Amino acid sequence: MMRALTWHGAKDVRVDTVSDPKIINSRDAIIKITSTAICGSDLHLYDGVIPAVKPGDVLGHEFMGEVVETGPDSTLEKGQRVVVPFTISCGGCFHCKQQQYSACDNSNPVEKQDMSATLYGQPMSALFGYSHLTGGYSGGQAEYVRVPFSDVGPIVVPDHLEDDKVLFLSDILPTGWMGAENADIQPDDTVAVWGCGPVGLFAIQSAIVMGASKVIAIDHYPNRLALAKQLGAETIDFRETDVREALMEMSGGIGVDAVIDAVGMESHGFAIDNMIDVVKQKVGIGADRASALKQAILAVRFGGKVSIPGVYGGMTDKWPLGAMMEKGLQIRGGQTHVQKYTKDLLAKIEDGTLDTTFLISHRLPLEKAAEGYKNFKEQQNEWTKVVLKPGMEN
Amino acid sequence: MTRIMKTGLASLAVTLGAVAFGGFLANRHRNRDGDDAPDFARRNPNGALAKVGRSVTIRKPRAELFAYWRDFANLAGFMENLEAVETSGGQEGVSVWKIKAPAGQTVDVKTEVANETKDKLIAWRAVEGSDIETRGQVSFEDAPGDRGTRVSLTLAYDPPAGAIGRAAAKLFLREPQVQARHDLKRFKMLMETGEIATSVRTRDETRAAKQENA
Repeated sequence: MMRALTWHGAKDVRVDTVSDPKIINSRDAIIKITSTAICGSDLHLYDGVIPAVKPGDVLGHEFMGEVVETGPDSTLEKGQRVVVPFTISCGGCFHCKQQQYSACDNSNPVEKQDMSATLYGQPMSALFGYSHLTGGYSGGQAEYVRVPFSDVGPIVVPDHLEDDKVLFLSDILPTGWMGAENADIQPDDTVAVWGCGPVGLFAIQSAIVMGASKVIAIDHYPNRLALAKQLGAETIDFRETDVREALMEMSGGIGVDAVIDAVGMESHGFAIDNMIDVVKQKVGIGADRASALKQAILAVRFGGKVSIPGVYGGMTDKWPLGAMMEKGLQIRGGQTHVQKYTKDLLAKIEDGTLDTTFLISHRLPLEKAAEGYKNFKEQQNEWTKVVLKPGMEN
Repeated sequence: MTRIMKTGLASLAVTLGAVAFGGFLANRHRNRDGDDAPDFARRNPNGALAKVGRSVTIRKPRAELFAYWRDFANLAGFMENLEAVETSGGQEGVSVWKIKAPAGQTVDVKTEVANETKDKLIAWRAVEGSDIETRGQVSFEDAPGDRGTRVSLTLAYDPPAGAIGRAAAKLFLREPQVQARHDLKRFKMLMETGEIATSVRTRDETRAAKQENA
């Protein structure tokens, strides 16, 4: 038996004793977790706005650790330190072969595919610890985890790089990077980023590495805006400033070249919260609050680029369709194709181009995970990133 | 629909004795007066038999997929309701398909190959002495570029007579539709990855273990 953070309902997560994971398929490996983070998207689970989460589900999709057991077709070796992508990908299907790993055809169990196929037209692929829409796989906020397709996902990290330096290769660093890449950043571009959570901050850092001439960060938490400034961004506090007017002025009256929405479906501060949506009754998924994204679409210049790393799940109304068409915008989103980026980003961590440790505000033992969720949710100014360490003294 | 309801409907349909999943019409593009979509995607399919069917694209060569499917003993590995296939009659002879039935029963279906074109098509049908009548067809065609092979599975269903039979059939028909889709996707997983994805954490939660313990 092992200890693991389990979901029991909205605002109710607990560290329970659950059964140990075993090798089930031949490409599996079992990882003993050394570090695992709470992701901003875990807060959507915590808030109960993601459907198909069941009581007892083990959460967590940002994790790393030591290989302790391998199936006969795993390419990993016992004792290796690995970071595991949050996307589960087979490596052999049409999408994986195009490096669209987060669209893998084969990782989501067949009987779990129907719900997302109904929602989106085709089924989603699997993610760790993120509801039964995406497979119902047990996550990594635990002592051990079963990793399917362990020959494709996990990246072996050298011993001289401590956990805190490489852990975020599992999700938020590649997610921020792909968020910037999807904004097709050119050297003279002015880029605006909504949301200075972990993904927003890494998107800012990535945009700067990609050569953007100016990056503008939008949030309302002073500490998070300070982190953005420290990375080299200019800042806008949306509580103090009219964002669209400011962006027009800061881009010389043209509009910003590229916008990145790192906020997602629980956008707050801008707009009405209580949308009524028939979809909610039908499939149990709420209307997305997309006010940041709508603002971004109006702020971006004609012919500009819109990137959406922020998570959305359902539908929204009052969509600025006219602006999207008339301005000739390019819009790109998607769950991160983590496996596409891990190798290059590990190299950038090793050579010092990227440092992600500045983000971590709190390190807690796994046993205190519930406290971590509560504070990460309620004290967003100070709690910028929580890393759980199963081996840490309580 | 709950499992109990499904089981009940299944029992009813089997009891009526007229259920036939079925058989596919070899000329599936005949009588087409509209578009180029397969028959089973039409709102009112052609022909007397009600049809269900699905297609998947599998990133493997046509011949490899054909060969795996043609060895009917392999089918139980990815078809949910197929417990085992005995091919004691050899590849050309009659094989016995043991299909799961309600209340832990199995029914035997003696199956013969009705039509076969190497690397392209396999059609099968139940023969005399089977507990139920069933027919089906799988076809394989090259997908564009290096995308592999498009595999289409079609099952048709001959509605039982009478109003009650038709009503039961209408409900029961949902099941083969879902089953065709799920079975094909499991086939794709097995061919592309060598395994069938599952999110269970322990072995006693696997399908195989549950069958053994049932």
